[in-house]
Amino acid sequence: MTTITEARAAAPDGTARKLSYVKAFNEGLAQAMREDENVFVAGEDVAGYGGVFRMFDNLLDEFGPRRMIDTPISEAALVGLGVGAAARGLRPVVDLMFMDFIGVCLDQIVNQAAKMKYMFGGALSVPLTITTASGAGLGAAAQHSQSLEAWLAHVPGLKVVMPSDAYTAKGLTVSAIRDDNPVVVMLNKVLLGSAGEVPEEIYGIPLGQAHTARQGSDVTVIALGRMVGEALAAADELAVQGVEIEVIDPRTVQPLDTETMFASVRRTNRALVVHEAVTFGGLGAEIAAQIQDAAFDHLDAPVLRIGAPFSPVPFSPVLEKAYVPDRARIAEGCRRLLERS
Amino acid sequence: MAQRTSKKSADPAANQETAQVVKDLHERMVRIRLFETEAGKLMEAGRLPGFLHLYVGQEAVAAGVMAALRDDDQITSTHRGHGHAVAKGVGLREMYAELYGRVTGACLGRGGSMHINDLTRGMLGANGIVGAGVPIAVGAAFAARYKGEDSVAVTFFGDGATNIGAFHEGANMAAILGLPVVFVCENNGYAEFTPQSGHMLLTDVADRAAAYGMPGVIVDGMDALAVHRAAADAVARARAGAGPMMIEAKTYRFYDHQGVKGLRHPYRSDEEVAEWKARDPIDLLEARAVADGTATRAELDEVWQRTRDEVAEAIAYAEASPLPDPADLLLNVYSG
Ligand SMILES: Cc1ncc(C[n+]2csc(CCOP(=O)(O)OP(=O)(O)O)c2C)c(N)n1
Ligand SMILES: [Mg+2]
Repeated sequence: MTTITEARAAAPDGTARKLSYVKAFNEGLAQAMREDENVFVAGEDVAGYGGVFRMFDNLLDEFGPRRMIDTPISEAALVGLGVGAAARGLRPVVDLMFMDFIGVCLDQIVNQAAKMKYMFGGALSVPLTITTASGAGLGAAAQHSQSLEAWLAHVPGLKVVMPSDAYTAKGLTVSAIRDDNPVVVMLNKVLLGSAGEVPEEIYGIPLGQAHTARQGSDVTVIALGRMVGEALAAADELAVQGVEIEVIDPRTVQPLDTETMFASVRRTNRALVVHEAVTFGGLGAEIAAQIQDAAFDHLDAPVLRIGAPFSPVPFSPVLEKAYVPDRARIAEGCRRLLERS
Repeated sequence: MAQRTSKKSADPAANQETAQVVKDLHERMVRIRLFETEAGKLMEAGRLPGFLHLYVGQEAVAAGVMAALRDDDQITSTHRGHGHAVAKGVGLREMYAELYGRVTGACLGRGGSMHINDLTRGMLGANGIVGAGVPIAVGAAFAARYKGEDSVAVTFFGDGATNIGAFHEGANMAAILGLPVVFVCENNGYAEFTPQSGHMLLTDVADRAAAYGMPGVIVDGMDALAVHRAAADAVARARAGAGPMMIEAKTYRFYDHQGVKGLRHPYRSDEEVAEWKARDPIDLLEARAVADGTATRAELDEVWQRTRDEVAEAIAYAEASPLPDPADLLLNVYSG
């Protein structure tokens, strides 16, 4: 691994070190592999090639072919390998490349990994980590662009994390690997190259703990994955107009830290949830319902959801741009919430 | 064990017919080659959004198979689907317009490279999910038989795709239902950056056919005529109701897995690439045509020139085409 020394050299004056999202993921994974000999990685082109998104660069050099395994294009067997190995005490990290490919191995995730501990009367754990790249914005079209967190968060037994920046890409990955449950790490493809401050040492981020990315008093914006950055950009724009929004990054969507959201809404009296996934049946529906249950008396307006329209992700960039929520739609939503009250 | 095919006819009437087939194959291959090399250039110039899995090098397979099909025969394709579409007769204008994301494109700008289709030509779609086209071809063959038609379905897939469940389930399903499906494996030696030896222990993918009780044949995928003969046999057999069959065409992609040039990790050697390029399927067919008098060099050049003009015109059409209207985001999500 070269990342640590490289980064030190890049920050000789002691300022915080910056790493890209994908390098932060890679560093967290490498450190988790050093920490626990039972962690191994399997997936298509993860070892020799380092992953099509460079998620696994250099790991074969350090950990060798025993722990870095290239597999055939056999996702059901790949996840199943992870489930079986996890049931026997290893801590597999299996990579699904594009999240859309989950379609061909959903049984192993949903009926096997998620339910095994429960059905076995607690006799074992399945400490499996599934990594995958999600999200639209690259002109990759309907079968390579989805955000399917709602499918997975709906399944008891699974955990789902959505890193929103380099810091969370590393910390959530480490926690996913250390966790004794099956955890899906949904990296975002558009964020892969984006840089952020990342501590050099290994660290975890508690699963199920939201983070308040910006404090504000007027509207609570709960944003998932890449939408956190969009919400922060909207916050800058709104601040110029005298509107202060609070931005909450749940980081983990299963389990979901609703307490942080409730506390915020009780102060701001308005809430907006934004995600890339289609609005219908998305996490926004769950979050809105829970806020209404817990903080109805505090709300000055119905909780607003912003997500994608109910269609597959379109290819043409003009359509894709109109499809994926962005800072302008978030700012617009906040203004609408404020007008209502 | 799968059988290796090699046939040559000494009969003059057959040779006359062969001359026509050779010209047909040549035309289809040149169309694919020019479509793809131009698409690669446009991508490198930053003019096309999204991913492109180009077909350059594998032209003999699409051309050889498609020349054995009728318009009403159905095909399912892969992420590397431009060659199949061009050879099946999908319009170059609609294809380029799709790559540009224009509303005049084959998917109205909604699908891009990996979803090009044309039902008027029996092209049931490229596919972004490896192996997914295989069972769909089985369903298309089922529909043909159900409706009392004698069309067949051909499914194209790579060496890597034969490791996924959909392939195995689809092959067994076609076999047990006795459906008119031809399974065409384009073995280009790699699944993305993993060589065949790194993803299966078999040398010949065609051996997998035996597991489903169907014949499997191996053919030189750089020899368009050989591919065509094998395909014509398999199609005739399927059409006659004798059930599915598998053809493995040994071929090579001259470009990278995605795009034109590999940017990192030399997963294959320059020598290997050069060896395969020395057996360029178009060069091979042209050399043979000129040598046996099937065509003159001038006739072949005329095909290139005519196709070049057509490609340029199609690109101009795509570039001049309107973009889709964002007000139509919900178009075609449902029928009715
Ligand atoms: C289910 C699924 N898994 C993985 C991928 C990513 N992927 C796209 S093409 C490809 C390699 C396919 O290899 P092969 O079938 O030999 O076709 P080739 O690219 O060589 O034409 C992979 C792994 C995918 N699209 N779908
Ligand atoms: Mg291949």
